[in-house]
Amino acid sequence: MQLFGLSKKDTLFLLIVIFLTLATPILLQPFAEGSGLAQFNAGYPDLMQRFAIYGIFAIGFNILFGLTGYLSFGHAAFLGVGSYSAVWMFKLLTMNVIPGIILAVIVSGLFALLIGWISLRRSGIYFSILTLAFAQMSYNLAYSVLTPLTNGETGLQIRLTDPRLLDGANTTGSLPTTNLFGLAMNDSIRLEFFGRLFTFNVGYYFSAVMAIIVFYIALRIFRSPFGLMLRAVKTNQTRLNYTGVNTRPYTLAAFVISGMYAGLAGGLLAAMDPLAGAERMQWTASGEVVLMTILGGAGTMMGPVLGAGFIKYFENIFSKINDNVLHNWFGALPDGLENFLVDLVHPFVGKGWHLTLGMLFVLVVMFLPGGLVEGGQRIAALFRRKRKPDGSGPKHQPKQAPHVAE
Amino acid sequence: MGILEVKNVSKRFGGLKALDNVNLSIQENTVHAIIGPNGAGKSTLLNCFVGKLIPDTGSVMFDGHSLLGVTPYKINQLGVSRVFQTPEIFAELTVLENVMIPCFAHRDGSFRMHAFETVDAEVEIREKAEAMLHDVNMLDKKNEHAGSLSRGDKRRLEMAMCLAQDPKLLLLDEPTAGMARADTNNTIELLKDIKKKRDITMVIIEHDMHVVFSLAERITVLAQGTPLVEDVPEKIKGHPKVQEAYLGGH
Repeated sequence: MQLFGLSKKDTLFLLIVIFLTLATPILLQPFAEGSGLAQFNAGYPDLMQRFAIYGIFAIGFNILFGLTGYLSFGHAAFLGVGSYSAVWMFKLLTMNVIPGIILAVIVSGLFALLIGWISLRRSGIYFSILTLAFAQMSYNLAYSVLTPLTNGETGLQIRLTDPRLLDGANTTGSLPTTNLFGLAMNDSIRLEFFGRLFTFNVGYYFSAVMAIIVFYIALRIFRSPFGLMLRAVKTNQTRLNYTGVNTRPYTLAAFVISGMYAGLAGGLLAAMDPLAGAERMQWTASGEVVLMTILGGAGTMMGPVLGAGFIKYFENIFSKINDNVLHNWFGALPDGLENFLVDLVHPFVGKGWHLTLGMLFVLVVMFLPGGLVEGGQRIAALFRRKRKPDGSGPKHQPKQAPHVAE
Repeated sequence: MGILEVKNVSKRFGGLKALDNVNLSIQENTVHAIIGPNGAGKSTLLNCFVGKLIPDTGSVMFDGHSLLGVTPYKINQLGVSRVFQTPEIFAELTVLENVMIPCFAHRDGSFRMHAFETVDAEVEIREKAEAMLHDVNMLDKKNEHAGSLSRGDKRRLEMAMCLAQDPKLLLLDEPTAGMARADTNNTIELLKDIKKKRDITMVIIEHDMHVVFSLAERITVLAQGTPLVEDVPEKIKGHPKVQEAYLGGH
């Protein structure tokens, strides 16, 4: 079976991704409500939306970094611009998310064109520094100088008094909610079976469908001659220049596409929660997407999504484990041992989740340079070798190009 | 009028005169070797042909186009391909992909936004790339990782990549440098074969006299940035000036 111009293998791959995405509210809720492990459930709307949205951000970042090797340290600027654009649309036009998201993608694309056009005159560390500088400038502009546009420190919010030309005036009652043709983003259907509570949220499914669409687009780019040229940029720019290829428009196109992905992610963040703050453009946010991509596996299709999921899971789940929870866990042990274990685990959970994530990152970079995806491939290869002891192991098969997505 | 006309080209690096008033005319469909002792300015001259260096004075004309100040990718699109002293290939891609890239560049020009086609569907490009690999006897290695090839294979791959563009002029910068004798002889045979099969002009810079005298139809001897003499190989061998400047020590 072949769909949408994909090869057999890729069609299957896409179908699996679609299934996993749509089933996320069930898959991430493996533990029964009220059990000790229930706090490891991640199937609540706010977190699932983040998985999808940061997944989009990372997939887009990977088109630039994973394919061309150009490491941008300023992609949060496009995320922020996307959020601001979307919120302005909510204020001026309508609370329907579609115009907001379209504007977010367009504005961030134009912004990426400008920054990319300048930054791509340099490569390597100088390129990274230029993008970082632009992002920090954007952050500072949003924070102070452009206050009329961004509402500075407080952040841009919707108000009852906003014009909202399409929705009509509504100056009484509570703040309107973002919606998709009347379907409110914060609407959820809750179902309980097998003692587990499953939440099917409109906002999540909207983000998930967007994520599937842009995942498909990224997959097409990876398999296209354009994608091949981008990979060639990464491995040998000199040869490419002496092969009659002008590398600049290729890298610029990749930069703009990944900027638009970031803008879409920013627009979706605003669609889920209609406010935009300057901190979304901070360099830490730019660094986070770099971590996501490398942790998952740069240059692979699944890696950035896995990385985004991993980091958001840590941020939201590990950070909730405080000393009370730990005492609960180790409560059955003798007091001395209990306190010792709590003290031992304490630095790595709760507010210390960064420490665990940092150690994990170091381990991955040192032992799995291909990220979590490489880890998965190694485990798969291990099983394959066990099944086939007749010497036709993976060693004798042609080596796959490292970028081929699994 | 040759396909490549070099007139009064000089190039200085600080106080060093690398090229001093070089005049050179390369005739179409010949194999022209440029030889000379280390530091004679051979590589500098070659770099002036591909857009890497711009001469201080003089002109370089290829096929009616001036090459001065033209970027490398534009010069390549005019029909000039270059083989490097250390093979420049796409080490992280497969052998087949390595050859498909120049095929794309030859068909689509220096930039095309073909993001919604698939590489797999480009049958013509793949067949052409496979034919090129067949020509250099590397078709059986097409799925291998280019970075893991031997030095000789990398050189042959680079040759296939250059030929995939049907260049009018092929520049070879010490194509057998660092090669074992057997590999060197293979490369000579390969180049002879290429020359037999197609209309192509080659400029070879080489230290190895065995390679030069096996391939070249004309030889220019460069010393201290100036051409000493230009002639057919038989005459060059016995030329007293050449013996003195270059061959004497061998």
